[in-house]
Amino acid sequence: MNLALAFDVLLAAALLWSAWRTLSTAQIDRAVVMFIVFGLLLTLAWARLAAPDIALAEAAIGAGLTGALLLDGLAALKRTDARRPARRTAGKVMVRIAVISVLGLLAGTLVTALISLPPAPIRLPAAVAGDLANSGVSHPVTAVLLNFRGYDTLLEVAVLLLALVGMLAVGLPPAHPGISRNSMLPTLARYALPLMVLAAVYLLWAGAHRPGGAFQAAAVLAAGGVLLNLSRLQAHWLPASRAPRLAIAGGFLLFLAIAAALLAHGGLLRYPPEQAGLLIVLIESGLTVSLAVNLAAFFLLRSTPENGQIPPATAPRESP
Amino acid sequence: MPLLDLLSGSLLLCGAFFFFAGTIGLLRFPDVYTRLHALAKADNLGLGCILAGLALQADSMALALKLLAIWPLALIASAAVGYTIARRADRLGIVPWEKPKP
Amino acid sequence: MSSGLLYAATGCVIFALGLGGVMLLDHLLRRILAFNLMGSGAFLVLVGLAQRDGTPDPVPQAMVLTGIVVAVAATALALTLARRWHALTGRDEIGAAGKQRGPDD
Repeated sequence: MNLALAFDVLLAAALLWSAWRTLSTAQIDRAVVMFIVFGLLLTLAWARLAAPDIALAEAAIGAGLTGALLLDGLAALKRTDARRPARRTAGKVMVRIAVISVLGLLAGTLVTALISLPPAPIRLPAAVAGDLANSGVSHPVTAVLLNFRGYDTLLEVAVLLLALVGMLAVGLPPAHPGISRNSMLPTLARYALPLMVLAAVYLLWAGAHRPGGAFQAAAVLAAGGVLLNLSRLQAHWLPASRAPRLAIAGGFLLFLAIAAALLAHGGLLRYPPEQAGLLIVLIESGLTVSLAVNLAAFFLLRSTPENGQIPPATAPRESP
Repeated sequence: MPLLDLLSGSLLLCGAFFFFAGTIGLLRFPDVYTRLHALAKADNLGLGCILAGLALQADSMALALKLLAIWPLALIASAAVGYTIARRADRLGIVPWEKPKP
Repeated sequence: MSSGLLYAATGCVIFALGLGGVMLLDHLLRRILAFNLMGSGAFLVLVGLAQRDGTPDPVPQAMVLTGIVVAVAATALALTLARRWHALTGRDEIGAAGKQRGPDD
């Protein structure tokens, strides 16, 4: 066993430990923090698996934005610190034991099946590398994301839009004052934001040749937006405000328009090889802006007392 | 060059030691202010050592400069965030730990 | 065992842990955390299994990139739903556990 594999074993053990602690801590705020720790350890795992694009996205979106969302939700949903001692009947204990043993069996079966798999008959990396010259970019993951599997990306952008529409339909949380007024955070935000924009543009541009791309750039911009909001330099967005809505819809509509135009000329999202590079840059730029506003809107979109305020908790209703 | 590799390796080891010391501080110090102290100082010094060690092994000057540029950004971010956390702890009424009088 | 296979096996166990958490935990926020763990476990299996012979494979990497972004959208929607439920009923659990314990037990 060489040193790299020893490191992998340690990292896998740390992943399992932090996942277990996320689920088993008594205090909920600790559980959220352990989940963020799990996300950062997962970033290391992606780096070990030679997936720098995923590592960038996991650090920015998986640990960063998801962590911020969970901490925000924690403030609204947090109850007493310790989990109440469960008033468990014998029946409930039996159910728990049954579920845990079935899941243990499931995990064991999956791991055994994994280990005994024969080598894969399909060689996808070679197929991608063979077509890379015609795809318009030179980084294989970007080529797969925006050219070979462009349809998946189109649907993914639609899913994000749908999630936002769902949030608008369910009802937004009310605007809260945020961090107490201090002078450090706004100063940091003012100096950091131009650098963040620069980093996002670099990530977007570099995505064609090396790890990077629209999603990582959008995550950096969204984080910048959240930082501005936390330092009170950017007010919450209201549901009826037009500019964020146009920005979010714009990227998806641009992608859809290009897809429709290509459909009229041949296949769905089949780029002509000479213009593939230009089309990809165009789509990625639109996606960066639109996804950044969409991801930031998960955090920044709030209701006001006048419109869409969730009614306060009244007497508990009977479950239907 | 073996000298460069030696220097780079020793910087990386120093960085790992500082991170280790900072983590022990995080786990063992009695209150939030001292823990912030351990994080802001020891961890950032460890980061600087590791970045310097990596920059010595970099393929090009541009890559080395990019690596070294991470350090001031991390310092600034950790300073601002450390201040915010300490201020919030102060507002919440957390009293700094004092060594018990013998 | 190659490192890809090791991470895929870890992903299986994390997926099972997450599934157990969704089924057995009561608090909505903990269930959302467990759901995210399930997703991360599935991503590890996707990439680790495809790369079990050591060569980086861009197709599952692109799929996992898509998956991470979709997971954050699902988490945001789930948190909004949980918030709405909490505001309407004052409870943090759904189903029988919520009914049994009541709002301020």
